[in-house]
Amino acid sequence: MESKYGDASEIRREIEALKATRNDIDTRISALEAQLQEISLQNGNDAVSNGSFCPPISGLESGFGHDLTPEMIYRYSRHLLLPSFGVQGQSNLLKSSVLVVGAGGLGSPALLYLAACGVGRLGIVDNDVVELNNMHRQIIHTEEYIGRPKVKSAAAACRSINSTIKIVEHKEALRASNALEIMSQYDLVVDATDNAPSRYMISDCCVVLGKPLVSGAAVGLEGQLTVYNYNGGPCYRCLFPTPPPSTACQRCSDSGVLGVVPGVIGCLQALEAIKIASAVGEPLSGRMLLFDALSARIRIVKIRGRSLQCEVCSENASFSKEQFQEFDYEKFTQTPLSSSPLKLNLLQADSRISSKEYKERIVNGEAHVLVDVRPKHHFRIVCLPRSLNIPLPSLEARVHEISSALEKEGKTNSGSGAQLYVLCRRGNDSQRAVQYLHKIGFTSAKDIVGGLEGWARDVDPSLPMY
Amino acid sequence: MQLTLEFGGGLELLCDSVKIHKVSVEPQNGAEMLTMKDLLTWVRTNLIKERPEMFMKGDTVRPGVLVLVNDCDWELSGQLNTTLEDKDVVVFISTLHGG
Repeated sequence: MESKYGDASEIRREIEALKATRNDIDTRISALEAQLQEISLQNGNDAVSNGSFCPPISGLESGFGHDLTPEMIYRYSRHLLLPSFGVQGQSNLLKSSVLVVGAGGLGSPALLYLAACGVGRLGIVDNDVVELNNMHRQIIHTEEYIGRPKVKSAAAACRSINSTIKIVEHKEALRASNALEIMSQYDLVVDATDNAPSRYMISDCCVVLGKPLVSGAAVGLEGQLTVYNYNGGPCYRCLFPTPPPSTACQRCSDSGVLGVVPGVIGCLQALEAIKIASAVGEPLSGRMLLFDALSARIRIVKIRGRSLQCEVCSENASFSKEQFQEFDYEKFTQTPLSSSPLKLNLLQADSRISSKEYKERIVNGEAHVLVDVRPKHHFRIVCLPRSLNIPLPSLEARVHEISSALEKEGKTNSGSGAQLYVLCRRGNDSQRAVQYLHKIGFTSAKDIVGGLEGWARDVDPSLPMY
Repeated sequence: MQLTLEFGGGLELLCDSVKIHKVSVEPQNGAEMLTMKDLLTWVRTNLIKERPEMFMKGDTVRPGVLVLVNDCDWELSGQLNTTLEDKDVVVFISTLHGG
């Protein structure tokens, strides 16, 4: 047995060492690629006036009256065969630059298609790392990239599909302080983020810079898509001048999402971006697409035009670059820009116990009742032994169940009454529940800090996490 | 008059997770026309089962909710003053932020 364990740790050490080497190699490749791009830019793309990257051109001399090389003609031949797209559409696309903010569920298919179709320069902004629970929907990433930056993973996937376009990695979170600098380098922007403050910030920045914005969103089994700030059309703030309450903003990590739903919306975002970049077709501006996967319904509705009262894009508004950079989007939306979950602190320290303390009390055989206030379908995934599931919204109506459980537990343990502990996923709802329980007389109720996630981290790492 | 009311983007959770409601609503207080203002009051009383503050704020919908009358933003038809007709379809949809 012992030698077997020794082998495993040796293998782990070797894996770690190899991973470190791989990271070094990646860094060196990135540096060399940047160097190479610098050189090729200096050597003859001076003709490009609008700052867009243009791939090496030799076709002009070939006398076909367009600037596609033989390789480009062959690679994009199925585009060229489309009468409504043709050489002009492809040529426009090759000269265009698109920034995709977020390499997640929406960004994955959007980036794959934008790289494949031949957008001349494709930028990716993301500051997260690939996690196992991303894999079901963020199809640009592969298992070997788990634990590594999404930007690196997405850029590598794009390069392996199309090595002839320029892929730019922005491995940083988009903030009001860097958004102008990053977004100004592109012709149009694809919003593939997952939170309200980013959506306001990206829209405002697009207005300030005069860039069209392809905006998509997906949660659960529904998706939404529209194009903002295009050709005099509305911006995000024209539609949503006041941010919604933060409790109304569902996140995929809380509400769940069927993997293919952001996939559908991300593909449509790529399509809208391609239409704008190639100047072909009619972008989805002034209209919104609503996708309901469960009932297989897609509805396209007419939305308002540019609002005369819009504080950012109306003629009377004077929202400057300086104002943009100073605007506090997190405060405005009452929501953090980062995807880290909320950490409430509603209770006094003596109304809370750590998961380690709770474990000790179980070991000591303390008479107690553990109430788990997560939704029923969460409880079905994983739960602690002998816990009583009463979802937070039904707590008020089911308080009697707690009373009778406490009574029963107190009797069987012939002691001085049973203790009451409350658990949830991360330790927020459990605090809300304890607050309520205190109010109605269960004054000794305590919540378990950090919830099930804390328990899995500090007490039982074998507990499955979701 | 017969109306089809649809809730989406999470708002259906406020009405027992039912997305589509075929309802019959008559003009209020002897008025001739039913307006969106009347309909909102009716929905709040008859369909919303929990957390009404997630649906309405003051006498209108809360920020972040789009209202569509026959697939058209209600901003284009007069918002609360929009008058409804038999067989109209009214959609309430919460804007999504996830991805």
